Amino acid sequence: MKKELIELRINGRSRELAVEPNKLLLDLLRQDLNLTGSKRGCDDSSCGSCTVQVDGVPMLSCTLLAASCEGQEITTVEGVADRGSLAALQKAYGDFGGSQCGFCTPGFMMTVRWLLANNPEPTESEIREALSSNLCRCTGYTQMYQAVRAAIDAEQTGMKQELVEAK
Amino acid sequence: MSDFSVIGKSIAMVDAAGKTTGAGKYTDDFSLPGMLVGKILHSPYPHARIKRIDTSRAKAIDGVVAVVTGPDAPNPYGILPVGHDETALAVEKVRYVGDHVACVAAISEQIAEEALELIDVEYEALPAYFDPEESMTAETDLIHENRPHNIEKDYHHVFGDPEKGFAEADYVHEARYIANEVTHAAMEPHCTLANFELDPHTGQLGRLTVWSSTQVPYYLQHKLSLVLEMPMSQIRVIKPLVGGGFGGKSEIIPLEIIAAVAARAAKAPVKITYTREEVFWAHRGRPRTIVDLKTGVKDDGRVTSVDCKVIQDGGAYCSYGVVTILYSGALLGALYDIPNIRYDGYRVLTNKPACGAMRGHGTVNVRFAFESQMDEIAAKLDLDPAEVRRVNLLKPPTVTVNGLRVLSYGLPECIDQVVTRSGWKERKGKLPKGRGLGVACSHYVSGAANSIIRSDMPHSTVNIKIDRDGGVVVYTGASEIGQGSDTMTAQVVAEVLGCDLSRVRVIAADTDLTPIDLGSYSSRVTFMSGNAAMRAAEEVKRDIVSAAAKRMNCAPEDVIMRNDGVWKRNTTTSDIGLTPSDIQAGKDAASGHVDGQILRGSVLQTRKEEGPKERMSFEEAVVSAIDFHGALTGTGSYAPPIEARGGKHKGGGVGPSPAYSYSAQVAEVSVDEDTGEVTVHKIWAAHDCGRALNPVAVEGQVIGSVWMGLGQALEEEMVWKDGLLMNPGLLEYRSPSATESPDIECIIVESIDPEGPFGAKEAGEGSLAATIPAISNAIYDAVGVRLREAPFTPERILSALRVKKGLKRIEMTESVDPTAPTSFREHGGSLWFRGKGPMRHLLDPSRQSTQGTGGEQ
Repeated sequence: MKKELIELRINGRSRELAVEPNKLLLDLLRQDLNLTGSKRGCDDSSCGSCTVQVDGVPMLSCTLLAASCEGQEITTVEGVADRGSLAALQKAYGDFGGSQCGFCTPGFMMTVRWLLANNPEPTESEIREALSSNLCRCTGYTQMYQAVRAAIDAEQTGMKQELVEAK
Repeated sequence: MSDFSVIGKSIAMVDAAGKTTGAGKYTDDFSLPGMLVGKILHSPYPHARIKRIDTSRAKAIDGVVAVVTGPDAPNPYGILPVGHDETALAVEKVRYVGDHVACVAAISEQIAEEALELIDVEYEALPAYFDPEESMTAETDLIHENRPHNIEKDYHHVFGDPEKGFAEADYVHEARYIANEVTHAAMEPHCTLANFELDPHTGQLGRLTVWSSTQVPYYLQHKLSLVLEMPMSQIRVIKPLVGGGFGGKSEIIPLEIIAAVAARAAKAPVKITYTREEVFWAHRGRPRTIVDLKTGVKDDGRVTSVDCKVIQDGGAYCSYGVVTILYSGALLGALYDIPNIRYDGYRVLTNKPACGAMRGHGTVNVRFAFESQMDEIAAKLDLDPAEVRRVNLLKPPTVTVNGLRVLSYGLPECIDQVVTRSGWKERKGKLPKGRGLGVACSHYVSGAANSIIRSDMPHSTVNIKIDRDGGVVVYTGASEIGQGSDTMTAQVVAEVLGCDLSRVRVIAADTDLTPIDLGSYSSRVTFMSGNAAMRAAEEVKRDIVSAAAKRMNCAPEDVIMRNDGVWKRNTTTSDIGLTPSDIQAGKDAASGHVDGQILRGSVLQTRKEEGPKERMSFEEAVVSAIDFHGALTGTGSYAPPIEARGGKHKGGGVGPSPAYSYSAQVAEVSVDEDTGEVTVHKIWAAHDCGRALNPVAVEGQVIGSVWMGLGQALEEEMVWKDGLLMNPGLLEYRSPSATESPDIECIIVESIDPEGPFGAKEAGEGSLAATIPAISNAIYDAVGVRLREAPFTPERILSALRVKKGLKRIEMTESVDPTAPTSFREHGGSLWFRGKGPMRHLLDPSRQSTQGTGGEQ
């Protein structure tokens, strides 16, 4: 299939890319841009390992045509870190064992990041509901709940600290 | 307060940041210049002779570089020395739907897939066997010619006097239990990248480097050498991050060898990544197991004798089968005190993907049967099920009737903990209708005391190198697969050397760099690799301490390495006599002094004028030691003690372990009697791991095991129709999602094993086996029906409830019966969609519409 030139915004940077119209976003990220954080865990959009955010909404990049994302803001797991440091969520997932083999973790990062952006104080069932869009085979999810809670606490403490410092 | 400074504290895994940022590299994340994509052609027949393969049309496509078939690498291999019955690609016969037939290496995935369609294979279909009990009666068309009646292996063990035991019993209970087939479904699909270098002297293909998602890099190196007929020294296997194994990567999966064979033919790097469907076909999961169990007990529940017959549906190849069937029998022992055991185990071949090792290898399904039967006996004799377990406890140290040595034994405390935390005494039998509690126990080995390769070599070796920069580099062959192997190694070394964890860099699982280690399976890493790491660190420590003693003008015994420094023991106060401010002062002062001098030359010279010292920084001590001894290196290894290696009987080598972990669990469930749906509300899981080196990781392992057991208990099941897997996807092979996963409360019990590293034992597998019977027993408590077939799907619950109400039973136990209703969304996968699946069963209504297309190639 003949390639076409498209412009994508990925993790805050614009890139001009030549892609086949049938190229999947996941393949583009992994093969063309070497952004291998997003993973392929299944063939049928069932596992969520490839989750990225498109305009802030978690989407499965394994069933998304790259060319269809023109003009949208794509964020991958590589874009989650906070100015070169681990984001609170990433730190908490490490500290609380939310990540074991880590293969599903990038997908969870994107899903939880969306949850916390849209619902800064989610209830237990809202957290579970959000996590249920991604699969993990290691953790049994329990430590993920703890990690998400801890991340929320850390964010809030951080915000309070910033307020104090501002005063 | 603990006596340790690094272990016993919850810390993030040393590789956690790479996993949460996406920077960590798994095999599929690597690419090489000129790399080709490998795609595999699979058999659409469950059992057929290959009459002819013609690859010429495929080879003619532009972009196809090589096509390889069975004769390109015909040497047989297998994970067990007794089971070399596989070839990388089928040579004469295919033995299951999904068996590997040919591989195309092409410049793109799309071209490779197009080429696969152009490979012409002529098959001669053979009668196939899908049910193990039927397969055992086979006389002709055997799956492997050298395995009469399709029996891979059978064992018949008698320990004590079972007949006498049954004669002494006040009550004998007998039943059949079935646990259906489950698979690992690790999130990372198998992937291998193989690359040959050109030899500078011969100008031909030389050394081979393989990156692979494996739990056993050294076995892979060995089997590659066998199949490719290359010396092992010419093969380098590197294990990058692995996205979960659970046993599914603990042996050689065909693609690992096919990639190398294709790379050799193509003279270019080849990467093969399985699709999720291919992962299901590669399988090596837990076999469908039929357990006929008979237990004799005294009136108080004390077991007098056990008779257990196990039939395992092993699939088309041996894989770990011989070990699995032995574990099933051997691990009847070492949990409770059972004086008499008869065990008959049959590992049977069928025309389905091979089963192998899966978390809780061999024990899980038999444990389900045994713990269910304990509950049935308790109900019959009107005893408290928890009490029945208590009267059967072992009295360690002891050697069981089947030759298993038990030293540390935290089971009594595990039972106490879950009974107390769950409010067992107050709540059992008193919950509202439809809600119930169930208890069960389990155990597992901390590594096998006898290796599968029949050798006296140490099972683990660890090397340490410390240089003048003060960095501690640990080389271990142990395979991190997400369980925390690297973190454990770093912690153990840091604890022994008394240094900061951040100094320790772990280089793991690279056959060129790291000393041989058997791999990550049978929960052996913490115990064996941990012990080896400890010994290596102690060896280096001796050099550092003797140099520091000279510098501090004291005896080596008075030198203490702790808190990232080296201290002279304060004889006026007890212990080391350090206050936190001492520690900080020591760190600040000593580190500041040495800065910048380490590489310039001997610190010794500048220090001489200062006279004897009270404390030194870690770097300073290291540099002194290097000045005395030269470069600091240490090696430690571990081989299980001879006393722990088990009995002399045939098959007695499987089951013995230097230490066993113990687990007790209580599950609280409710059952909807209208829909048959089971909801698990909470599971209390107490696990005796000896000592928790990293509590958060231990909890993660225990919770993960319980959760995986929950999946097998409620919904995970591989559904077959005529050898075709009907649910080869993560939507159809359902595992519990976040919304269905209950609270799991993990209680760590520390029995401090006398031989474990700092007393540690396994934590990663032992808990799984107790979950299934705990849930089954809780279902009985809730609605009074006994589920003897796992998983406990709504259909099976409803069927059991009908029988209880005196209605006609709907038979749903035979997963080979195509008319059996199941809850799965079946689709049969890609073969099915392309009209290439095997003929469906005669009775299958959907066959009418597909007749004529099924089975055609």
